[in-house]
Amino acid sequence: MISIASVTKKYKGTANPALDNVSLEIEKGEFVFLVGTSGSGKSSLMRLMLREDVPTSGSVHVLGENLVSISSRRVPYFRRKLGVVFQDFRLLPNKTAFENVAFSLEVIGKSQGFIESAVPDVLRLVGLAEKMDRLPTQLSGGEQQRVALARAIVNKPAVLLADEPTGNLDEATSDGIMALIERINLAGTTVVMATHDRKIVDRLQKRVVEIRDGRIVRDQVGGSYQQVASEQNSAAGDSK
Amino acid sequence: MRFGFVFSEIAQGLRRNVSMVISVVLVTFVSLTFVGTASLLQLQIGQMKTYWYDKAQVAVYLCSSVSPPAICPQGEAGDEVKARVAERLSSTTLKPYVATFYFENHKQAYEKFQEQFKGNSVAKFVTAEQLNETYWIKLNNPQDSTIITESFSGLSGVEEVRDQRSYLDQIFAILNAASLAAIGIAILMLISAALLISTTIRLSAFSRRRELAIMRLVGASNFYIQLPFILEGVVAATIGSVLAGATVLLIVQFFVQGYLTTALPFTSFVGISDGLLVVPILIVAGIVLASTASGLAIRRYLKI
Repeated sequence: MISIASVTKKYKGTANPALDNVSLEIEKGEFVFLVGTSGSGKSSLMRLMLREDVPTSGSVHVLGENLVSISSRRVPYFRRKLGVVFQDFRLLPNKTAFENVAFSLEVIGKSQGFIESAVPDVLRLVGLAEKMDRLPTQLSGGEQQRVALARAIVNKPAVLLADEPTGNLDEATSDGIMALIERINLAGTTVVMATHDRKIVDRLQKRVVEIRDGRIVRDQVGGSYQQVASEQNSAAGDSK
Repeated sequence: MRFGFVFSEIAQGLRRNVSMVISVVLVTFVSLTFVGTASLLQLQIGQMKTYWYDKAQVAVYLCSSVSPPAICPQGEAGDEVKARVAERLSSTTLKPYVATFYFENHKQAYEKFQEQFKGNSVAKFVTAEQLNETYWIKLNNPQDSTIITESFSGLSGVEEVRDQRSYLDQIFAILNAASLAAIGIAILMLISAALLISTTIRLSAFSRRRELAIMRLVGASNFYIQLPFILEGVVAATIGSVLAGATVLLIVQFFVQGYLTTALPFTSFVGISDGLLVVPILIVAGIVLASTASGLAIRRYLKI
């Protein structure tokens, strides 16, 4: 589903590479946490999976597309198979919840009929059936992130990329969002989520990929945010 | 393709920076009016050339009693001079070039002079003897005038050989320079129009950068993202070029046909049909200019 092999990413004017010989395989239906401090390389990795960037060397395959050699004309069609959410929601402030979700379908040429049935469905799924006509400013942070999630999944993507989706939310609200993301995952969507949120990672006990200084230092199924001391030896064997 | 969506995007973009759109309209309007006027002037020159060159003749002026002695030492040209000129014009060497020729004597020259300078005080003082007797030659091809000039210049009894085209050429040179100047100004203005369009589009893209980011994120095709911006430039430029076309037609109708044709009745002028020929060119030029400028601007802005 997602296959990253020996990827190195250097940015101009920086001494150390953002990603240093990173390899990672993610299977269909998996739920993967990418953890690490700011600047560790999480976001660079997410950008490569979204084809916002290409690696300096190595290969990136997502959903059967070779993202190194893909033509820029095909990139939009590739992105339609992905859903993406961010820490800052990225909603259009002058559009209602409904219009925000509808916009993402309008711009890929979906019919009015499809939009009118799909958008209310997905907003109901994220629990915003009653608030479809509100502007983002009239919604709480958690509700705005639900709109963003609705927009990400309305086109039934095979992969959901979430970059710190709970970074701006309090604990109770975060739990609600995580419950929603888990539901999306259970419905068959592969989820890759970059996060700082220790509590969430510890509670969900999913696969954890830890990145430090551009290298994967841990790749552990059913892991916690931080390695437990007793696990350290065995984990060192897993990592590359 | 959802046309309703594209149109609402265009309308939004146009509304969002009205002042820039108005300036694009004005600059394309003025620059294309210059282009239109310059091309009409070119058509006018072409038309006048065919009209006047066709009428232009070569004059062989024979010596008169008042010709300067340095050129005409033997004074008034006698009958043998006239016979020699007529013979040479009918000779096998010149015949292929000459369509017709006729002789104008003192009396005819005097009548023509009185006609041309009617009301002018000089007409009172001129006598028939002071005016040259002349052979007027109409050529098959007006370009061949040098052949006549060469064969009669220096012939004794001939004062001067003059191609009427040399007078016309001066007038056409002035008109030509004027139309070239208009084209030069038009080019400068078209460059500024193109730059203004690309700035406007970039501004429009900047004010919609959130929408653009989301469109790219959810996988809108590049064509779909760019189309509203390109059309935005095209709409503004089309308004400008339609205005320019209307102005060109008004100039032809009211200035050329309404004023110039009555002021200068013996010349043929460009008409509305010539104007209608120029208008579509202006509109196409405006659209091509706008779509190229805004297309390039938005492509650079959206580069992944």
